[in-house]
Amino acid sequence: MKLKTLPRPRQDAGWGGAIATVVGGLVILFGMPMVTGTFGLLQVTVFAALAIFALAQGFIWGFGGILCFGQSAFLGLGGYAYAIGAMNMTDTTGAVALAVIVPMIFAAGLGYFMFYGRISDAYIGVITLTVTIILFNLINSTSGDIYHIGAAPLGGFNGIPSVPPLNIPGNPDDQLDPTGLWYCAMGALILCYILLKWVLATRFGRVVVAIRENETRAQLLGYDPRLFKLLTFVIGAGISGVAGCLYTNWGAFISPTVFSLTMSAQVIIYVLVGGLGTLIGPILGAVAIQYLITLAGGQHVIDPNLMLGIVLVAFVLLVPQGVAPVIRGSVRRLMPSRSVATPAQAEVSQGASQ
Amino acid sequence: MSVPLLEARNVTMRFGGVAAVQDVNLVLGEVELRCLIGPNGAGKSTFFKILTGQLKPTEGVVLFRGQDITGSHPHVIARLGVGIKTQVPNVFNGLTVREGIGIAAGRKKSLRRARQIVEETMELLQLTAIADRMVGQLAHGQRQWVEIASVLAQEPDLILLDEPAAGMTHEEVLRTADLIREINKKQALVVVEHDMQFIRMIGKTVTVFNRGKILIENQVDAVLADPGVRDVYLGKQAH
Repeated sequence: MKLKTLPRPRQDAGWGGAIATVVGGLVILFGMPMVTGTFGLLQVTVFAALAIFALAQGFIWGFGGILCFGQSAFLGLGGYAYAIGAMNMTDTTGAVALAVIVPMIFAAGLGYFMFYGRISDAYIGVITLTVTIILFNLINSTSGDIYHIGAAPLGGFNGIPSVPPLNIPGNPDDQLDPTGLWYCAMGALILCYILLKWVLATRFGRVVVAIRENETRAQLLGYDPRLFKLLTFVIGAGISGVAGCLYTNWGAFISPTVFSLTMSAQVIIYVLVGGLGTLIGPILGAVAIQYLITLAGGQHVIDPNLMLGIVLVAFVLLVPQGVAPVIRGSVRRLMPSRSVATPAQAEVSQGASQ
Repeated sequence: MSVPLLEARNVTMRFGGVAAVQDVNLVLGEVELRCLIGPNGAGKSTFFKILTGQLKPTEGVVLFRGQDITGSHPHVIARLGVGIKTQVPNVFNGLTVREGIGIAAGRKKSLRRARQIVEETMELLQLTAIADRMVGQLAHGQRQWVEIASVLAQEPDLILLDEPAAGMTHEEVLRTADLIREINKKQALVVVEHDMQFIRMIGKTVTVFNRGKILIENQVDAVLADPGVRDVYLGKQAH
């Protein structure tokens, strides 16, 4: 009872949401295998993988102010890097590292030319969109035996089937079953969330947000926006690579469709629906939209793409700020009444103890 | 003679056929206070943009403590110790006052030192009461103060203020004048202003711009008494 009387420090307001999110995530992590079977777990595993993907887009767009229309390029590169790595190595741990590093290196190169070339925001959208189409066409045209990297055939539009699943690091025979993969995917989602939350709390993260707010001012204060944007872009690519690795693991399969415009468009919809400028929003958006797509796939009344389009239009018109800020706003509106109630409760509890 | 803090030599900026700044020479010593006046379109703000690296002059060089900074990136010039309050407020609308000033104070400084600077600067500019407000929600005058605060928090050796008193009440103008005299004890300033009373309050040496050129450079009383200045600046009907 004594604890309640302590005044809550102000910073708790900012971290409270993050702690609640992590706790909620852990509950889902351990609770899900108890309430659903293997099929259900597989379903939520892909939700978790796509939520990580959405988190990456939400970070670079919502906080870095970089509108990337081709985030799927990094998802695909991560997925292919894992598949190729896993087929060439007995232990898949190295392949996981490749799935993160390859997209980051690619993003560093692409980002260098975009940001240091002082290309305007609209053209960054166009360039990233074009890059993912180029990758799609490139991988699509690698059918045949001559296209292989080590033991891994690239397979053109058929993709790479039977990709070896993740194993416990250092023990190639101990491969993850669907439940293990769920723990891995959901755990990765929680870790990525914590990582980004931490990055945003650092001085680096604060400058990233400041540059989004006013690039000229940041520059006149001595910060180089090009470098900060490049690093933001590279972090986003690395996290997309994690998502790609998990996505490949989910189906033990990767095909050029990961580079498709559908993927890039979907991730933008996740972020818009969930809430731009938040981290929890893209996660919620990804899960909700993927759930809708799954539902739509099971019926024949309305075309799934049409439904996705309607959802997007409805959100842009009716809830332009997305789901998460609306929820946060209504929680904040409830807050003052609670803080008024606290001293009264404290008095009552003190009176009761006396 | 010692190296001046800032020196512009034959600086010219042409936009197509128009010369916004033409053959400007200006020397500013350490801890000097200089006022730039001139009618609209005289090239004052363009000159500031050249000094801070936002524009690369067509001709001429800009030296900061003898180092050539002509056309350097704005962030490089800022790191050398040049801070600017722009004419149209450039502030972080989506951050709180404290966060925004913290961004300015935080570069290459310890967290503790940065916090100390933020608190001191907010105290100096009487912003402490609105420290947790969003900058975007503040009134124009307050946004001006926030921008001046972030320039001060950066601790530059040269501070450029482009119309710091614009849109302020008479009381705020007096405070700004006091503040400028206070800053000038340690840092050099170049102030662009239209308000003649304000110039009188703070003025020492005044440089007058007209049509991109320097018309006259002299002590404040001499400049304001100059009939040529009255003609271009106040219009011929003024006397």
